[in-house]
Amino acid sequence: MWTLIAQIFPYAIAFTIPLLITSLGGLFSERSGVVNIGLEGLMVVGSFTGAIVIYTLQPIMSPDLAVWIGLLAAALAGGVFAILHAFASINLNANQVISGTAINMMAGALTVFLARNVTGSGNIPIVRGLLRRDVPILSEIPVIGRLFFTSTYATTWLVLAILLLGWYVIYKTSYGLRLRACGEHPHAADSAGVNVYKVRYIAVILSGAFSGLGGGILLVTIAGEFTGSVAGLGFLALAALIFGQWKPLGILGATAFFGLASTIANVSSVIPMLKVIPGVILKVFPYIVTLIALVAFSKSSQAPKAAGEPYEKGKR
Amino acid sequence: MDYVVEMLNIRKEFPGIVANDDITLKLKKGEIHALLGENGAGKSTLMSILFGLYQADRGQIRVNGKDVNISNPNVANELGIGMVHQHFKLVHNFTVTENIILGLEPKRGLSVDVKSAAKRVKELSEQYGLNVDPNAKIEDVSVGMQQRVEILKMLYRNADILIFDEPTAVLTPQEIEDLMKIMRNLIKEGKSIILITHKLKEIKAVADRCTVIRRGKFIGTVDVDSTTKAQMAEMMVGREVLFSVEKPDKEAGEVILKLDKVSVKSNREGVVAVKDFSLEVKEGEILGLAGVEGNGQSELVEAITGLKDIVSGKIFINGKDISNFSIRERINSGIAHIPEDRQKRGLVLDYTIGQNMVLEIYDRKPFSERGLLNHNAITEYAQQIVEDFDVRAGQGVESVARSLSGGNQQKAIVGREIELNPDLLIAVQPTRGLDVGSIEYIHSRLIEQRNRGKAILLVSLELDEVLNLSDRIAIINSGELVGIVDAKDTNENEIGLMMAGIKRGDTD
Ligand SMILES: Nc1ncnc2c1ncn2[C@@H]1O[C@H](COP(=O)(O)OP(=O)(O)O)[C@@H](O)[C@H]1O
Ligand SMILES: [Mg+2]
Repeated sequence: MWTLIAQIFPYAIAFTIPLLITSLGGLFSERSGVVNIGLEGLMVVGSFTGAIVIYTLQPIMSPDLAVWIGLLAAALAGGVFAILHAFASINLNANQVISGTAINMMAGALTVFLARNVTGSGNIPIVRGLLRRDVPILSEIPVIGRLFFTSTYATTWLVLAILLLGWYVIYKTSYGLRLRACGEHPHAADSAGVNVYKVRYIAVILSGAFSGLGGGILLVTIAGEFTGSVAGLGFLALAALIFGQWKPLGILGATAFFGLASTIANVSSVIPMLKVIPGVILKVFPYIVTLIALVAFSKSSQAPKAAGEPYEKGKR
Repeated sequence: MDYVVEMLNIRKEFPGIVANDDITLKLKKGEIHALLGENGAGKSTLMSILFGLYQADRGQIRVNGKDVNISNPNVANELGIGMVHQHFKLVHNFTVTENIILGLEPKRGLSVDVKSAAKRVKELSEQYGLNVDPNAKIEDVSVGMQQRVEILKMLYRNADILIFDEPTAVLTPQEIEDLMKIMRNLIKEGKSIILITHKLKEIKAVADRCTVIRRGKFIGTVDVDSTTKAQMAEMMVGREVLFSVEKPDKEAGEVILKLDKVSVKSNREGVVAVKDFSLEVKEGEILGLAGVEGNGQSELVEAITGLKDIVSGKIFINGKDISNFSIRERINSGIAHIPEDRQKRGLVLDYTIGQNMVLEIYDRKPFSERGLLNHNAITEYAQQIVEDFDVRAGQGVESVARSLSGGNQQKAIVGREIELNPDLLIAVQPTRGLDVGSIEYIHSRLIEQRNRGKAILLVSLELDEVLNLSDRIAIINSGELVGIVDAKDTNENEIGLMMAGIKRGDTD
C-alpha cells in the first residue's frame, strides 16, 4: 500500500500543477467578472509557444535554460492571446462564452497550422523537458519527505508560490479588493471611482498568462511534445474553479483531487489492487464527482455575481 | 448669494426621450433642498449628471462659484460631491469597511490597511450618530443600515454636498425618522443636502426649499414653509391631486378566497412563518392585511399564489380547493398577483414591455398558435395596456422593461394583472416608492376593480393606504391573525396596537 501511494504521488502532483495554475488564471478572470472558457485554447497557445522556443533553443544552449525561457515565452504568449478575449468581452460587450469558444477554436487551428509549417507534422517534439529533483534536507523527513519533496519539478514550487502570491493579491491588496468588487457589483466599483475596464483587462491578461504557463508546464513535465491539444485540461481547470468555489485554496483542493483521481485511473491497469474495478469507472470517477459537487453546491454557489455580464455604464 | 452648486439650463436626452429639458437647480450652503417630481420626471438623471455618471448635452454646472466639467464620479468626489443612489451600490459579500474604502484604500506596505480604516469608519459613525458596525457583512445588515453605509461612504470621502436619491422609499417609518435626524445632524456639521423624494410629508418635515420638475421640465423652486402640500403636489403632476379616493358603499358578496387554517414555513430554516391562518375575502371588497414587515405577510401571499408550499390547511378559490394547484392552474382559476418586488418577480427586466405583458398568458390564443408566438397580437394587446394605464416609456411597447422608471414599471404590472380580469387580485405594496400622481392612479384602479365586484387582497406596510382603501382590515402578527376590523370603525391607533399583537378588547 505504502509503496503504491509513494509511487503514485509524484505523478498526481505533476498532473495537478498545470491544472492548478490554469485554474488560478480562470479565478482571476472570473472574480473580475469575465467568464473565461478559453482556458483550454490559452493552454494550447502556451504549450505551442513553449515547444517552438524550446525546440529552437535546446540545440544551441543549456537544455535547462531553454526550458525556462520556453516557459516564460509560454506565459507571455498566453497573456497576449488573452487580449483578444479581453477586447471582445470588455470593449465590445461580446457574449463571453462565445468569445471564449472562439479562442479555443482559433488556438487549436492556428497552432497546428504553424506547427505544420515548422516541423512538417503537426507535432513539435522537445529534446528534453524538466528534470525531477529531490529537495535537499526536506526530502529526508519521514513520510512527508518521501511524498512531497522527493523527485519534484521546480515548476511545482513555482506554481505553489504563485498560488500563495495570488491569494495575497486577491484578499490583501487594493487591486484584489477592486477585482472582487468588479466581479460582484461593477456599478458599485465604478461609482467608487474604480476603473472597471482596467481591472478586468489586467485580470483577463493574467488569466491568459497563467493558462499559457500551465500549457508550458504540461509540455515540459508530462507531454514532452506539442500535439495540438491539451486533452481537455483547460476545461477540467474550469471545473476545478467551480468545484473550488472560486477560492484559491478551494481550487488547490479541487485540482489535487482531480490530479489524484486521474492518476489512479491512469495506472489502474498495472496495479493489481485496482484491476478489479473496471477502468471506465475509474476514468469517469472525477467527472462524476464534479457533477455531484456542482449539484450539491449549486444552492450555496459562491460564483461572482456579475461574472458573464458585460459591464455597460449607463445600464440600470 | 452663496450657492455651493448651480446647475444651469441642463439638458439631457436618451434615445426617444428628453429626460432633462432646460432644468436649473441652485443649492445654498447649509440647506436641505428637495427635488420633487413624478416617477420618470428626470430627477435621478439630473443628479447623475451632477455626480458625473452622465454628461449633460447642454448647460452649465458651477460648484462654489467655479465652472466645472464633471466627467466622471472621481471628479465629483474631488469637488466634494457624494451621492446615495436609489439602488444602493454596495458589494453584498464585502464588509461595511471594505465597501467604504473601495476605490480609496489606505495602505500599509503593499496590503490594504483594513484595521485603521475600520477605526476611522467607527469614528465617523459615532460623530454623526450612524450606529454602524464596521465589520459586519452587507448581506447580514438591514436596509436602513446599508443606507447609513452609503452615507458613510460619502463622509469618508469628505464630501460636503450630499445627494440622496429617494432615500426613504425602502425604509420603515422608524428608519425614516432616524434618517431625518441624521440629515439634520449633517447640516449642523456644515454639509449641504439635495434630497430627491416624492413624499410631500418628508419635504415638509426637513426641507428648506424645493425644486419641482415635471416630465423633464423645470417648473419652479419654492420655499417649503410658505407652500402647502397641495400646491407642491399640483406643481408636480400638473393638475389638482386628491389625497383620498372616492369609494362608494358596497355590499360584499360571495366568498372568493377562503383560507382554512393555513400554515407556511418561513424562508429561514425551521421557523413557521404563518400559523393556522384563516381568512375570507369576498367579491366587491378590498381586504387590507396590515402588519409590521416580516410578520408572515410575504409567506402568506406566496402560499396563495403558489410560490411556496403550505405545511397544513387548505386554500379555496370560488369554493374549489387549490392547495395543490400549480402556479399556472392558480392563474387560470382567477388569481392575479401584483408582487412585492417588481424588479425581481414582476418583470423580466431584459424583455420588452410587450413581452412582459403576456408573461402569464403567452400560451393562450391569439398570442400563440401551434407553438408559434403571434407578435402582432402581443403588441396590440400590450399597446392597449400601455395606453389604458398611462405607462410612459421612450419606445412604447418596444422599450426594454429595465429602462422604465419604477413608477412606470409598476403601472405596467398593475395593468397586466388587472387586464387578466381576475376574481381575486392580490396587491402587495402596490404603490411602494411611487409618487402621489401614480399612487392616486393605482388606488383608483384598485377601487374600480372592487366596484366591478372583484375581490382584492391588499398587503401594505403603509397604514394610510390600508385605512384609505380597505373595507375590512385583517391584522397579522408573528404569522397569526390578531383580528379583523371594519375599516369604518377603526383608526390608526387601534391598528397600530393590533400590529404589536394586542387584541381588540385587551386594552379596555
Ligand atoms: N440609461 C437610460 N437609458 C434610457 N432611458 C433612460 C435612462 N435613464 C433614464 N431614462 C429615462 O429618462 C426618464 C427619466 O428617468 P429618471 O431620471 O430615472 O426619473 P426619476 O428619477 O425622476 O424617476 C425616464 O423616462 C427614463 O425611462
Ligand atoms: Mg429616480
